[in-house]
Amino acid sequence: MSELLQFLISGITVGAIYAAIALGFTLIYNASGVVNFAQGEFVVIGGMTAAALIGAGVPVWIAAPLAVIAGMLVGVLLYRLAIRPAGQAPLVSLIIITIGASIFLRGAMQAVFDKQIHRYDGFSGDAPLRVGGATILPQSLWIIGGSVAVFAFLAWFLNRTRAGRGIRATASNRMAAALVGINTGRAMNLSFALSAAIGALAGVLATPVTFTSYDVGVLMALKGFSATMLGGVGSPLGALAGGLLIGLIEALTAGYISSDYKDASAFIVILLVLFLRPQGLFGARIMERV
Amino acid sequence: MRRQAVAAGVSALAILTAAPAIAEIRIGASLAITGPAAFLGDPEAKTLEMLVEELNANGGINGEEVELIVYDDGADPNKARTFATRLIEEDEVVAVIGGSSTGATMAMAPLFADYEIPFISLAGAVVIVDPVQEFVFKTPHTDRMACEKIFADITARGLSKVGLISGTDGFGASMREQCLDVAEASGVEIVADESYGATDSDMTPQLTNIAATDGIEAIVNPGFGQGPAVVTRNYAQLGLELPFYQSHGVASDAFLDLAGEAAEGLRLPATPLLIPDQLAEDDPQRQPVQDYIAAYEEKYGEKPSTFGGYAYDAFHLLVDAIERAGSTDPVEIRDALEATEGHAGVTGVYSFTPEDHMGLDLSAFRILKVADGGWKPVEE
Amino acid sequence: MAGQGTTVATAPVETARRAHVGNGKARALIGPGLCTFLIFAVLVALGALIFPSSYFYRVGTLVWINTLAVTGIVVLLGYVGLVSLGHAGFFAIGAYATAIGPNYGIPSPLAMAGGVALAGLLALVVGRPILRLSGYYLAIATLGLGMLIWMVLSKEAWLTGGPDGMTVSGMNARNLFKLVGLKLKSAEAWYWVAGFVAAIGAAIAVNLANSPSGRALRAIHDSDVAARSLGIDVARAKSRAFVISAIYAAVAGALLALANGYITPETGGFMHSVEMVTMAVLGGAASVFGALVGALILTALPQLLTVFADYEHMVLGAIMVVTMIAMRRGLVPFIADLWNRRKS
Repeated sequence: MSELLQFLISGITVGAIYAAIALGFTLIYNASGVVNFAQGEFVVIGGMTAAALIGAGVPVWIAAPLAVIAGMLVGVLLYRLAIRPAGQAPLVSLIIITIGASIFLRGAMQAVFDKQIHRYDGFSGDAPLRVGGATILPQSLWIIGGSVAVFAFLAWFLNRTRAGRGIRATASNRMAAALVGINTGRAMNLSFALSAAIGALAGVLATPVTFTSYDVGVLMALKGFSATMLGGVGSPLGALAGGLLIGLIEALTAGYISSDYKDASAFIVILLVLFLRPQGLFGARIMERV
Repeated sequence: MRRQAVAAGVSALAILTAAPAIAEIRIGASLAITGPAAFLGDPEAKTLEMLVEELNANGGINGEEVELIVYDDGADPNKARTFATRLIEEDEVVAVIGGSSTGATMAMAPLFADYEIPFISLAGAVVIVDPVQEFVFKTPHTDRMACEKIFADITARGLSKVGLISGTDGFGASMREQCLDVAEASGVEIVADESYGATDSDMTPQLTNIAATDGIEAIVNPGFGQGPAVVTRNYAQLGLELPFYQSHGVASDAFLDLAGEAAEGLRLPATPLLIPDQLAEDDPQRQPVQDYIAAYEEKYGEKPSTFGGYAYDAFHLLVDAIERAGSTDPVEIRDALEATEGHAGVTGVYSFTPEDHMGLDLSAFRILKVADGGWKPVEE
Repeated sequence: MAGQGTTVATAPVETARRAHVGNGKARALIGPGLCTFLIFAVLVALGALIFPSSYFYRVGTLVWINTLAVTGIVVLLGYVGLVSLGHAGFFAIGAYATAIGPNYGIPSPLAMAGGVALAGLLALVVGRPILRLSGYYLAIATLGLGMLIWMVLSKEAWLTGGPDGMTVSGMNARNLFKLVGLKLKSAEAWYWVAGFVAAIGAAIAVNLANSPSGRALRAIHDSDVAARSLGIDVARAKSRAFVISAIYAAVAGALLALANGYITPETGGFMHSVEMVTMAVLGGAASVFGALVGALILTALPQLLTVFADYEHMVLGAIMVVTMIAMRRGLVPFIADLWNRRKS
C-alpha cells in the first residue's frame, strides 16, 4: 500500500510540473490560437535565473520574483519580435516560428548562463515528510500548490475579469473583439507575459527537485504540449488534468509495469484518447467552417 | 575553440597569400561541446585548448608549433562523421582526438582506417576497442571495467544481490549491459533492473521497487548527467540504507554539489583526479594530476572533471607519440602511439599493445566514497 | 485554420512550377517529371564538377539525402496541407532495417526494400485514425508516433544496439560503380547514388502533382469539405499521401544508414522530424525545388557556422523565425515572385 502511495506522490509531483507548463500553453493558445513550442524555454529561464541569483547570494524570496519577471520580459519580446510580425500565418509557419524561437533562446541561455546543471535548496528545506509509509519532499508541496494556484487564477482570470474576457474574445474573433472596443494588442501582450510568467514560475518551483540546465526546455515543452493536447487545447481544466494524468501514468507504469516504457505509455494513452475523442478530454468540439 | 577556428581560417588565408614561415603540426578534434553530452565535451574542449597554448608557449613539438582545430558535433554521429571528413580532407590533420560519445566515435572510426590517421576517442564503451581497430585508441576506462570494480567492492563487503537503476542514455544503457554481462563472473546476482530517462525528475517509483525486492543488498546506478543526482536525492528521500554505488560517469565535484548531503556514504569507481592530495608521494600519477588541476583552475577558475582528464591524457599520449616518432607522418605516429609504455596520465598509467588500444588495467580505478562532503579512498 | 493556409499555399505550386520546371512547351514535350529529373541531374553533375574534396562530396551526399526525405514532406505538407512532427520515425525505420538486415543474413538491398515496405505499411495502418485529426491534434499524434518509434529503437538494444547506435555493414556504393569499370572514392560514389535517387524522387513527386490524384490532394489542401463535395475520397487520398511521404523518408533513411555506416536512434528523434519540416517550409513546401533549397541551406549552414560554434543555435533559430515572417511561403516561391514581378 505504501508503495502505491509513493507512486502516486511521485506522479502528482511530476504531473504538477507538466500541468503548470500546459497551463502556460493554454493561455497563449486562448489568446492567439498559437501553440507556443518555446514555452519550455520560459521554464528554463525561470530556473536558470533563480539559480544564478541564488548562487550570487540573493535571498530566494527576491530571486524567485525576479526570475519570474525575467521570464515575463522574454515572453513579451517573443510576442513582439516573432509572433506579432507573423500575423495570420498558417499553422505550420507558427510551429516553425516558435520552435525557431526556442532554439534561439536555448542558444542565448547557453551564452548568458553556462552549460552546467544547476539547483538550489528547496524553499522549506530538503528534509522529506513521512506520509503513511511514503515520503514527500516539502518542495513537492510547493510545486503542487503552485500549479493549483495557477489553475485557479487562470480559471478566475479568463472567466471573471475584463482583461481575461478580452483575451478570450480576441482569440475567438480578433476583428469583432476590436470592434467592440477591446484592445486586442494589449490582450495579446498580456497573455504572452502571463504565460511566460507561469512557465518561469514552474521553473523556479521545480528546479530544487528536477534541476535545470540550458537545454532541458525541449523536453519540458514536449511534456507540456502532450499534456495540453491530452486535456484538450484551450481548456485550463484540461491542462491541469492532462498534466497530472501524464505524471501519474508515467509513475504508475514505472512502478507496476516497466520503467523502460513509462514515456511510451504516456504517448500511447494520448494516441488512444485522440482516436476516441479527437478534441482531447476537455476540449471543445472543433467546428470546421466551410 | 572559436579562436582556434578563426586562427585556422586566417592561417588558411596566410597560406594562400604567402609561403608558410614555419611548418605546423595540426591536430583535430570533434567533441560534444553543446547538446546532451555537453558536460563531457565542454571540459574536454577547454582542456585541449589549454594544453595547446601551454605546449606552444614551451616551443611546441620538436620546435614545431601545434595547431588545434576543434568542431562541435553535439554528440550527433552524423555531424561527427562530416567533421571527421573535414578534419582529414580540408584541415589535413595528422591525428584526431574526440568523439565525446560512443555514437560519434563509432561513426567516425571507419574513416580513420580508410585514411590511415590515428584517432584517440574519449568515449567509454567497450565496443570502441573490442575488437581492436588499427587506428583507433581510447583513453577512458571501459564501462565493463567500472562494473567489475564495483562488483569486486560489493563482494569484498560480503554482499551479492544487486539492484541496477540505469539511465537510458547511451552511457547508462551501455554500462547496464556490461554489468549484466559480468555479474555472474564477478560473483553477484542482479535481482532488480530498473531504468529512467536521462532528464527524468523523479525516480522514487523505481527505487521503491528495488528496495522492495527480496534479498536486495546493494544498489548500483550506471548513468551520467543529472539523472544520478536525482536518484541519489530520491534514495535519501526514501530513507534507504542499502550500500549505494554510482559510476565513474559522475565522478566530479559538480555531482557532489547537485546531490548535496544525500551523497554522503555512497561509493564509486574513479580516477585519482578526485583525490589529488591523498595520492602517495611515489604515485606516478601524482605529478600529472596535480599539474592538470593547478593549470585548469588557474585558467578557468573551476575544478577539472574526470572527462577533461580523458582529453588531457589523449593529448599528452599523442604529443609523446609524435615526439618519439620524430615525424608528422600519421602512420608513424600511430606506430609510436601503439608502442606507448608506462605513460602516467591523470586517468591511469597507459601501456598500449597491438591487442590493447585502451592500455589501462583495473588498478588505475579506485573506489572512492563520499565522506564529509568530499572524496575519500576506500581502503582495500 | 485550414481556410487561412490554403489561398497562400496553392498559388506557389503554380508559380514555382511555372518558374522552375521551364516553360510550357518544354514541359509538354518531355513531361514535367522528366524535366525535373534532368534539372536535378544537371545540379548533381554541377556539384561534382566543382567539389574539390571528399568532404564536399560528403556534405553534398547529405544534401541529396535530406532533399529526398523533405520531398516526402512536400507531398504531405505542400500538396495536402498535413503537418507531421514524426516523420523522422519513418526515416529511422528505413535506416534501421537496412542496418539490422545484414546481421540476420538478409542482403542490404533486400533489407532496404523491407524497411521501406515496413514504413509504408505502418503509415497505412496508423494513417487512417491519425489523419482524422487536424491542426495541432494531428501534430501531437504524429509526434507521439515518432516518439514511440524512437523509444523502441533506443530501448531494444538486442536488436538496435540501444542509444549508442549500431554499425551498418553491407554494401558500399563504390562497388556499384566498379561493376561498370569506374573507380570512385566511396564519398564520391555515395554522392552520385544519393543525387540520382533524389532526382528520381523529385520527378515522381512532380508527376504526382500533375496527375489526377495530385489534383485531388490539392483540392483537399484547399478544403476537406469542398473536396468531398467534388466526390473525392478524402480519407483515402490523405492516407495515400501519408504512405507516400513515409516511403520517401524511409528510402532516405536507408541511404543515410549505408552512406554513414553507423546510425543512432537520434535519426528518429523529435528534433530530426522538426528539421525535416523546417527544411520543407524554409525552401517552400509547395515544390520539390523548395525541398532542395531548404535541405541545402540547413545542411550547409552548420558547416559554415563552425567558426561561430557558440552562437550556432542563435543564428539557426533566428533564421527560422525571420524566414517564416518575411517569406511565409518559403524561399523558392519568394524568389520566383520577385523574378515574375521583375519580368512583368
